Amino acid sequence: MSQAETLLAGSLTQQREGLDRGEVSASELLDASLARIAAHAGLAAVVSIREAAARAEAEAATKRIAEGKPLSALDGVPVLLKDNIVQAGEPATCSSRILENFVSPYDATVTERLQAAGAILVGRTNMDEFAMGSSTENSIYGPSHNPWDPTRACGGSSGGSAAAVAAGLVPLSLGSDTGGSIRQPASFCGVVGLKPTYGRVSRWGLVAFASSLDQIGPFGRTVGDCAAMLEVIAGHDPRDSTSLSEPAPRFGERSGNGLDGSVEGLKIGLPSEYFVEEGVEPGVLSRVREAIAELESAGARFIPISLPHTEHTIATYYLIATAEASSNLARFDGVRYGRRAENVKDLQDLYQRSRSEGFGAEVKRRILLGTYVLSAGYYDAYYGKAQRVRTLIRRDFEAAFGQCDLILTPTTPETAFALGAKSGDPLSMYLSDVYTVSANLAGLPALSMPCGLSEGMPVGLQLIGRPLDEATILRVGDALERRTEHHLARPTAFAGGAA
Amino acid sequence: MSTLGPSDVAYVAALARLAFSEEEAISMARDLEQILGHVRSLDALDTDGVPPTAHGFDMPTPMRPDHPEQPLDPELVVANAPAHQGTAFLVPKVLEEEG
Repeated sequence: MSQAETLLAGSLTQQREGLDRGEVSASELLDASLARIAAHAGLAAVVSIREAAARAEAEAATKRIAEGKPLSALDGVPVLLKDNIVQAGEPATCSSRILENFVSPYDATVTERLQAAGAILVGRTNMDEFAMGSSTENSIYGPSHNPWDPTRACGGSSGGSAAAVAAGLVPLSLGSDTGGSIRQPASFCGVVGLKPTYGRVSRWGLVAFASSLDQIGPFGRTVGDCAAMLEVIAGHDPRDSTSLSEPAPRFGERSGNGLDGSVEGLKIGLPSEYFVEEGVEPGVLSRVREAIAELESAGARFIPISLPHTEHTIATYYLIATAEASSNLARFDGVRYGRRAENVKDLQDLYQRSRSEGFGAEVKRRILLGTYVLSAGYYDAYYGKAQRVRTLIRRDFEAAFGQCDLILTPTTPETAFALGAKSGDPLSMYLSDVYTVSANLAGLPALSMPCGLSEGMPVGLQLIGRPLDEATILRVGDALERRTEHHLARPTAFAGGAA
Repeated sequence: MSTLGPSDVAYVAALARLAFSEEEAISMARDLEQILGHVRSLDALDTDGVPPTAHGFDMPTPMRPDHPEQPLDPELVVANAPAHQGTAFLVPKVLEEEG
């Protein structure tokens, strides 16, 4: 295996050291990444690559780094974007027929920031259509496969981004999380995934699904790697009126208040509603409890807490998310961009047929549900009710954070399910997000990290923080990583360099 | 609350500018009714006097200086249009010609 292949399989930190010491160049690292993407095309994790542009950028990065002037921790490092984050001159299909020929005329803010930091944007990853799904099966490209077991789902909707990092195609990728779409696939694929505080990262250039819930965040092989990527993409953006004005801290710092390995004195809440024997796989509970014991021995204190409205989170989420989606997806009408039906009678026919031909079944289902719950006579009973329950869910967290500094839960009640197992049963698919949607409803930062295997499949641990307190969940996650080796586990077929 | 059938699906589909075959409408109605059945569990919660939450945080509308900025190049914008003439989007006729 070449040095570049060995480094590609490692963490961002290892790649940074290799690049800065001149052991490998950004161009060699990109070549290794492109080779590995091609070798593992069967995963269906990557849906498009930008080879020529990426090579030119890698050459420029190689030169900068050789001169000892890297732009950031990400300079020269290959990165993939979820296919709903736009880049000028590149496709952004959102895995939908309606956008299959769309080429973005502009850059997302995160795209601009990654490029300004020197990251090499290699291509784009598979996802559930318009981020609606929990398995990356609702895609015109077909389902992505879980690198740990190709017969299983890699989770969703950012499944391609999670699978790409798990399979060692790139060290880092971006996803988006509306109800768990970063954390659940991170959990299923055994990588780290972070949903920042709502507003921490600009949504400019993220194709909107549910605007009060959507947030862009990183996938990486370690907590520190995600922290370094968050540092690059976070911060106020005048183009997104919901982006927070607070300056983003140096999340990746390994000293001071950063990732210093200490959890001494931290109080961590364990919500009783998330630790129920029925409905949670025993292997998931065991791995999470082992992580709790590890953190306890490191000096953290655990206290029981209650989030009493947990059982209502899925209902609340699917009302609010579909209502917002029905409004956001009204823009796809076959007029200004996207697919247009042929031989239409009139403008109404053009709208109706372009949309009906362009959207997949799950997207139509959610647009219908959202339109219904916003329609005259039903608005108060459904959408209005959900907004009130959202307040109760938010208050649950406010009360909990009066007692503890952060909250620890399993990320999902089960490990990765088989492809096809839930695709015929929308409600059962929705219920698989039971532990992740509440952080979106309350706008809180939350990360998922690997905490071991259950019957050969990765188990994810979720840390939920106070608003704007990514720093604490990153610190605790990093501290756990220092005491364990779960983040080093790799799926057997992907343990080495290029296959 | 009333249940949702294929005729409701047709009505809502028209609002959403979507069209379904009869078979699709039956299957969508079944799926939506199952989801709404779960959602109706919220009815058991007393939310009288609870204010609605539209966003996770209350935040003021940010202000920025009112400087003109360069918009996207119109040629680039219409490049994605299924049909365009110059920098205008082409659509089927909306008004009948006066006769």
